[in-house]
Amino acid sequence: MIAWMNWTPSVAIFFAVIAGILAFMTVYEVVSPCTERKGFLPISTTRGDRLFIGLLSAAYIHLAFLAVSDITLWVALAVSVVWLLVLLRWG
Amino acid sequence: MNKVPNNRAWWLVLPVFILVAFSALIPLMTVVNYSVQDIFGPGNAYYVGTEWFREVLADERLRESLLRQFLFSGAVLAIQIPLGIGVALMMPKSGIKASLCLILLAVPLLIPWNVVGTIWQIFGRGDIGLFGWGLNALGVDYNYTGNTVDAWLTVLLMDVWHWTPLVALLCYSGLRAIPEAFYQAAEIDRASKWAVFRYIQLPRLKSVLVIAVLLRFMDSFMIYTEPFVLTGGGPGSSTTFLSQTLTTMAIGQFDIGRAAAFSLIYFLIVLLVSWLFFTAITHLDKEK
Repeated sequence: MIAWMNWTPSVAIFFAVIAGILAFMTVYEVVSPCTERKGFLPISTTRGDRLFIGLLSAAYIHLAFLAVSDITLWVALAVSVVWLLVLLRWG
Repeated sequence: MNKVPNNRAWWLVLPVFILVAFSALIPLMTVVNYSVQDIFGPGNAYYVGTEWFREVLADERLRESLLRQFLFSGAVLAIQIPLGIGVALMMPKSGIKASLCLILLAVPLLIPWNVVGTIWQIFGRGDIGLFGWGLNALGVDYNYTGNTVDAWLTVLLMDVWHWTPLVALLCYSGLRAIPEAFYQAAEIDRASKWAVFRYIQLPRLKSVLVIAVLLRFMDSFMIYTEPFVLTGGGPGSSTTFLSQTLTTMAIGQFDIGRAAAFSLIYFLIVLLVSWLFFTAITHLDKEK
């Protein structure tokens, strides 16, 4: 499966993590449905909205790290994870 | 008490999900996969990590075409949205004249992109084109194949000609949806034409305009065929927009890895802008 179309492990892990997050959020939503609320973001959001905003900004954080610095991307990943958690909790 | 909705209907979405997976998700995954490799041929690929992204982000040529793209989309919106509103305001409200106007407006929208490019390519020529020949006859030094400003103006004019009718039609439908009572109330208050526009028509057009801006932004941001046919991206690279740079890279130079990395960045920009507009639309609806 992984040899088909030259799939590489890192891409496989990337999409597996995304799929995992989506699956987890689906189960979480079924177990305890969320209601829309307003946090520090200027708009009122649901849990899914905040996840989307978090993932999209994570992509931009990674790109910004690549564009302006030579720091390893693990730092960008750590920043993104912290940001995602902050967003999900207080966003 | 919040009633928990029954979510089992989501299973009905499964066929669509499978279709989308094959037509969109797997190709997208493939692009991500290509963006981390240097591929020379089947069975001859090397893992390069984020090297392509680093290179693409530092690439002067791509930065320039990205800037050009934003300029073009900005100019397109700045011209077409006010012009479209103006055209819609001046159109007759009903009767045979309204139908005639609608048909005339819709004509440019029906012409295929490459034909639009060809039309303007001939139209702008100094020797046989009416537009180019006319300008030259008036003493204006116009040559869209040699002059950067002329090339830009021609591409912009072409896009305005092609797509302003869409904005006008959307605004026209928005205007027709305003109840007559609003105008009568304004007349009783002796509101000026400007006040009617500012406080009745414009607010009522808000949601239509958001859609118009979104459509025009997306289309102009991904424009390829018309400038490619009209100027071929020239003179030099002055009208080479993003998708043309990308196509040259992916198909012309067969630089798949780099092109994949760049199309992902392109995708992220489009995704961000669409999300912003989508949020704007849905929040407008909530305010009502």
